[in-house]
Amino acid sequence: MALYNDIVMDHFLNPKNVGELENPDGTGVYGSPVCGDMMQIQIKVDGEKITDAKFKTFGCGSAIASSSMATSMIIGKTIEEALEVTNKEIIDNLGGLPPVKVHCSVLADKAIKNAIYDYAQKNGKHYAALEGYDPNADEDDDHGDIEE
Amino acid sequence: MRNVYLDYSATTPVKEEVLKEMIPYFTEKFGNPSSLYDKGLESKDAVTHAREQVAALINAKPAEIYFTAGGTESDNWAVFGACEKLKSKGNHIITTKIEHHAMLHSCAFLEKQGYEVTYLDIDKDGFIDLKQLEDAITDKTILISVMLVNNEIGTIQPIKEVAAIAKKHGILIHTDAVQGLGNLPIDVKDLGVDLMSVSSHKIYGPKGSGALYIRKGVSISNYLHGGAQENRRRAGTENLAGIVGFGKAAEIAKNNLENHIKHCSELRNYLKDRIIAEIPDTYVNGTMEKRHPGNLNITFKYIEGESILLLLNQFGISVSTGSACSSTSLEPSHVLSALGVPVEMIHGTVRFTVGDFTTKEDIDYVVDNLKTIVAKLREISSVNSTKGW
Ligand SMILES: Cc1ncc(COP(=O)(O)O)c(C=O)c1O
Ligand code: FES
Repeated sequence: MALYNDIVMDHFLNPKNVGELENPDGTGVYGSPVCGDMMQIQIKVDGEKITDAKFKTFGCGSAIASSSMATSMIIGKTIEEALEVTNKEIIDNLGGLPPVKVHCSVLADKAIKNAIYDYAQKNGKHYAALEGYDPNADEDDDHGDIEE
Repeated sequence: MRNVYLDYSATTPVKEEVLKEMIPYFTEKFGNPSSLYDKGLESKDAVTHAREQVAALINAKPAEIYFTAGGTESDNWAVFGACEKLKSKGNHIITTKIEHHAMLHSCAFLEKQGYEVTYLDIDKDGFIDLKQLEDAITDKTILISVMLVNNEIGTIQPIKEVAAIAKKHGILIHTDAVQGLGNLPIDVKDLGVDLMSVSSHKIYGPKGSGALYIRKGVSISNYLHGGAQENRRRAGTENLAGIVGFGKAAEIAKNNLENHIKHCSELRNYLKDRIIAEIPDTYVNGTMEKRHPGNLNITFKYIEGESILLLLNQFGISVSTGSACSSTSLEPSHVLSALGVPVEMIHGTVRFTVGDFTTKEDIDYVVDNLKTIVAKLREISSVNSTKGW
């Protein structure tokens, strides 16, 4: 009956890692080309490990839940590991999103990559997964075609 | 938990008195109104009575009321029926950018069939420009359709003036009065319209029941083909209980109109005043003048409507939003776009509609929770007054 499942609702109602870091090592901002929403993710890096992450999101329930889930997933991971996180994994960990809401998880995925990209740029780091990466590119995020 | 329903423009509960009238027509008085024995005649009488009740609410003659399956069918019938009937005269329709999808999608379909449609703009207050209307008329124009009351921002269009222009040019005029019925006095004679759509479930009647007013002497093609019901103009065995319910709801709406308008507008204004005074960065969309008495459409800057809706729902409060995120097409509201509201502002819009069962305590409960919810979402939001969008 509900629009979202319990896990999504829990991350929406009690989002984890809301806010901004005082001295972030990387900041990623990404706006959704689909619905016009905006997400910011910041990371703190120690060695190669992401020790903290915070987000701010202007968006729908699943965008907020995706941000909360995505930041939770990358804390404690190495940069290389975090770069492997896909929007599909974010969705799976949330127990699924409605098809029309898949792009909200892409928003989180992109914001993470942009935060890491920012970190790499500032610190002269190179990661294979970021080869040729364009932080502003519109991801082709199939949000499920809805028949009107 | 308290339950506060503030979405009366989406639909309304069926009033007890209405339900009571309807029930016998499901069970003992189930006869087909077309049957010639007493059980059929009894049903036929009930339909006749309902027709009088609906006619009385809009100052029409009963014979000018044709029962349908609701506002959507009435809109479809009006536009397709008019275009079919008048296709030898022309292929141009004039309507507005803010019509309900029942009208807009019908027009889009007709465009694919080779019809031309002009969609009139609205100004920043939410009204069409009569000059633009008159300028749009060509010798191919066969129908003008302008809604009486908009379902999102509640603005009341100058239909009497629109009808006068249509009449001057000899063009058929239809109005979608689904949101207007029972919310403002409607007199079809005074308005001068040829066709008017109404729906039962917006006036405390059952869903799936409505009517098309067709002025005496106006001829449009049929839309549903079959039996001889509704004076041979709308086929199909009557939705008996639905029609009876619509009739009763119309009677109550007529008797209660003044009270209803006063009750709704007082509470709506109270809601507006509290929100504007107590929650910063909030804006009313559309003018407060000439507006549906229960409608309030507000933008809460920097946050998104579906999130607001979901959190209000946690407190048992029901509202709707024009945000792109909450529509299946992920398009922002076409009405607010036409009003010139920037996309990011449309994102944070919430429509509240109060109705007969709303109380002042309900409004206080909503505002108190809304304050916390808006503050919480603004905490989470990546945009704010200093950072901008
Ligand atoms: C302005 C307007 N027109 C048409 C309709 C459709 O009416 P119904 O739901 O009875 O088909 C609605 C209801 O949402 C409406 O608000
Ligand atoms: S952020 Fe707009 S639909 Fe999810």
